[in-house]
Amino acid sequence: MTATDWTRRTAAELVDALAAGETTSVELTQAHLDRIAAVDGAVHAFLQVDTDGALAQASAADERRAAGSPASALDGVPIAVKDVLATKGLPTTCGSRILEGWVPPYDATVVARLRAAGLPILGKTNMDEFAMGSSTEHSAYGPTHNPWDLDRIPGGSGGGSAAAVAAFEAPLAIGTDTGGSIRQPGAVTGTVGVKPTYGGVSRYGLVALANSLDQAGPVTRTVLDSALLHELIGGHDPLDSTSIDQPLPALVEAARQGATGDLSGVRIGVVTELGGEGYQTGVLARFQESVDLMVKAGAEVVEVSCPSFVHALATYYLILPAEASSNLAKFDAMRYGLRVWPEGIENASAEEVMRATRDAGFGDEVKRRIILGTYALSSGYYDAYYGQAQKVRTLVTRDFEAAFAQADVLVSPTAPTTAFRLGEKVDDPLAMYLNDLATIPANLSGVPGISVPSGLAEEDGLPTGVQILAPVQADDRVYRVGAALETLLEQQWGGPLLAKAPTLDALRDGSSLASSGTGDQA
Amino acid sequence: MPESPRSITRDEVAHLADLARIDLSDAELDHLAPQLSVILESVAAIQGVAGDDIPPTSHPLPLSNVFRADEVVPSLTAEEALSGAPEAEQQRFSVPRILGDEQ
Repeated sequence: MTATDWTRRTAAELVDALAAGETTSVELTQAHLDRIAAVDGAVHAFLQVDTDGALAQASAADERRAAGSPASALDGVPIAVKDVLATKGLPTTCGSRILEGWVPPYDATVVARLRAAGLPILGKTNMDEFAMGSSTEHSAYGPTHNPWDLDRIPGGSGGGSAAAVAAFEAPLAIGTDTGGSIRQPGAVTGTVGVKPTYGGVSRYGLVALANSLDQAGPVTRTVLDSALLHELIGGHDPLDSTSIDQPLPALVEAARQGATGDLSGVRIGVVTELGGEGYQTGVLARFQESVDLMVKAGAEVVEVSCPSFVHALATYYLILPAEASSNLAKFDAMRYGLRVWPEGIENASAEEVMRATRDAGFGDEVKRRIILGTYALSSGYYDAYYGQAQKVRTLVTRDFEAAFAQADVLVSPTAPTTAFRLGEKVDDPLAMYLNDLATIPANLSGVPGISVPSGLAEEDGLPTGVQILAPVQADDRVYRVGAALETLLEQQWGGPLLAKAPTLDALRDGSSLASSGTGDQA
Repeated sequence: MPESPRSITRDEVAHLADLARIDLSDAELDHLAPQLSVILESVAAIQGVAGDDIPPTSHPLPLSNVFRADEVVPSLTAEEALSGAPEAEQQRFSVPRILGDEQ
């Protein structure tokens, strides 16, 4: 080990260290690659590690800085990218067999912006297949393990990005959030995750799950780091027709303002329907503690009711499968990805090849959702299911509008429980879906949300999170309130929550787990 | 409007898998059909929640057609576009036969 462990620093601290000449991008990129080599055999946050590419990008970053012309504030700070974003020259699988080994010929806009800003890409992170799931257990390449307890799930679908950041394998990561896939992994791994306003970050090159719900965003250890990353990846993109053609609010400034810990004049709404029954005792206790701290810091708390939220889960599980069944129709074994010839059929037709390929290439959860979506869109059922879901979506948005007339932000626990054990819910789809109870309404209406660590549940010692939601295009509010809550809680804890997580250092010393698998698609 | 809530039969799942172009084995049908029934019974609860006067939302932000300037920009080469294809021939995607013997 070196005297300075760069992997324990926040991205903002690395920015300062690079600017002060205390380290180089090559040194800290190498430090993170070493950490990945040491612990990722056990954590399995990465599907692909790009050692050579990351070091080459780091070296270029150092040259720019030496010449006095860094490409951005974050130039040289390494990052991990969820495997659902297209990366030119680097395999992109979406956690699916059907895209095994696919190397995109282009970059997603988010990735292009990371490259232009000089962030070395460490690799691609594990996820539930096509982002369908809340545990990463639906990845075709094996689950990711929660760094707090390797027998437990890291959340999902972006469990790989959250675990990479929580295990100090990367200071920053990109996630995507369709029903909570950034925020819920954040909550169960003790990290920060932000779902920006729908349209706030380009979806070009993001392999679509449900295109009216998907949104890419930052996965980090601090609120300020998320703001730095969000400002870098966000903003209008002419390649995404649903991208918002307006400037982002000042997010870093909002995070710095919030970090003072003052919430005077801020009205905080506690959503009645996102709490109570179905929520773990320790999760609720930590949530109440956070609300009390915000009151002490000057916030005014009101209780708001959003009656349609009780139907949000059912609405989501009609709209999402409907969109997913359409989006995944492109995996037809013709232009990219897997092609499987059916057994026992001579001179098989394109359609027969397509059927065999989709059976072999898709996992159970993907099949469930495609079939459910096909059903919801079938003539005769369309009005009763999909049409009705679209109307309830309107009601959810009206509830948000009414709530934001009474409060500047809304708060709730991010996830109803702490991390459960691997395998516990993998074949019980309905139980798995309940993990996204509190996060789904934001996706239905496009509003931004953040999850901030709120402590450890008393009964199991595992992390919990608080979710803060703001009106569309008021992302700055989630950063202000999120940073304030982070400051207030860390004052109470005497440091960040992740300081209490297992170091995983024992894995460094030749354990069999640590030496297997890293860098390969296993 | 169909009767609610309803479960879904194994035969219906087989038909839907056919529409979605997925070959499901008998074992998969046995496994997935009951799970889909449970999910469907659960989501069926939204029937009747919103009245006829509620407009549907298809997209979180109100958008009309979006155009960008008609400028020529670099695009993928044929080689790049074909780089992920299971099979390519003469700068084209090579696919299995698309017509039946009787066609």
